[in-house]
Amino acid sequence: MTTETQKSGGMKKDLVVYLCLLALAAIQFVIAYQSIDASQMLVRMLIVAIVEAALALLFFMHLAENRGLLWFVVVFTVSVLLTMQYGWTDAFRLSAGAPWAK
Amino acid sequence: MSQAGMTAGGHAGLMERPMFSVPAKKMAMWLFIIADTTTFAACLVAYGFIRNANPNWPRPFHSITNLALMTFILLTSSLTMLMGVRAAKAGDKSGALRWTLATAALGIMFALLHLREWMTLIHEGMRLFKNPWGTGQFGAAFYSITGLHLTHVTGGVIALVAVGLRYKAGRYNADDLEILGLYWHFVDLVWMFVVPLVYLLNLAH
Repeated sequence: MTTETQKSGGMKKDLVVYLCLLALAAIQFVIAYQSIDASQMLVRMLIVAIVEAALALLFFMHLAENRGLLWFVVVFTVSVLLTMQYGWTDAFRLSAGAPWAK
Repeated sequence: MSQAGMTAGGHAGLMERPMFSVPAKKMAMWLFIIADTTTFAACLVAYGFIRNANPNWPRPFHSITNLALMTFILLTSSLTMLMGVRAAKAGDKSGALRWTLATAALGIMFALLHLREWMTLIHEGMRLFKNPWGTGQFGAAFYSITGLHLTHVTGGVIALVAVGLRYKAGRYNADDLEILGLYWHFVDLVWMFVVPLVYLLNLAH
């Protein structure tokens, strides 16, 4: 494959991903106008946002081309976020005023 | 053996391969992105807790036109950034600078639209700790999260112009532009979560 063909193929892929991201962003806006429960709306929007983020990470940030780095980034980030859960759940205890405040 | 020979050949066996075959500068950017992800995640989850704890949470957004335009501009700027990096990798310095400056211009447009939205909200009486619609914490949460993102966009625009010009002058290479591109895509990625959580869930129906 020539460099020129690779370049045009890569640009085509970038354009497809860009259009997918626009479509997903539009879906988030449509969900915002649905007559559904706020928690359901949050879940649906977050699922779309995670798909958008995955597309951006894999193709725009080229993590799809480096599996080792992909696993490092995902596992490290998720581990840190889960560790932060310790503080978040404590914040929830404080906002709910339980168990000691009651 | 000469000093240069010792440095190049004598120590070559002691040097490790870069982690995940990624150059050190790029790895540093990935570590920064991971750290920044946790910063934004902490802000957004804290926002979620505050929102959940306040039954009279305001829903001040009536129109999505400005938000949709801002989202479109930021997503498009990611595409122009990709074009710039592709041009740089192909050795097209003028093309790379043109696309990088186009990305910076889109970043400026995004920042201006963001500031216009802030001015509208300030004009309607929304301050850091009070607003006419509900709990005063809304202003603090909204301005903190969107302000942090806007700071990232502003810093990114300055970096785009500086790195783009230095790349054209031959002081930076295509890899430097690609590393900056990672940062810019990250700023775009964060916006994908800010839009639903901070704006769309607070639309007035």
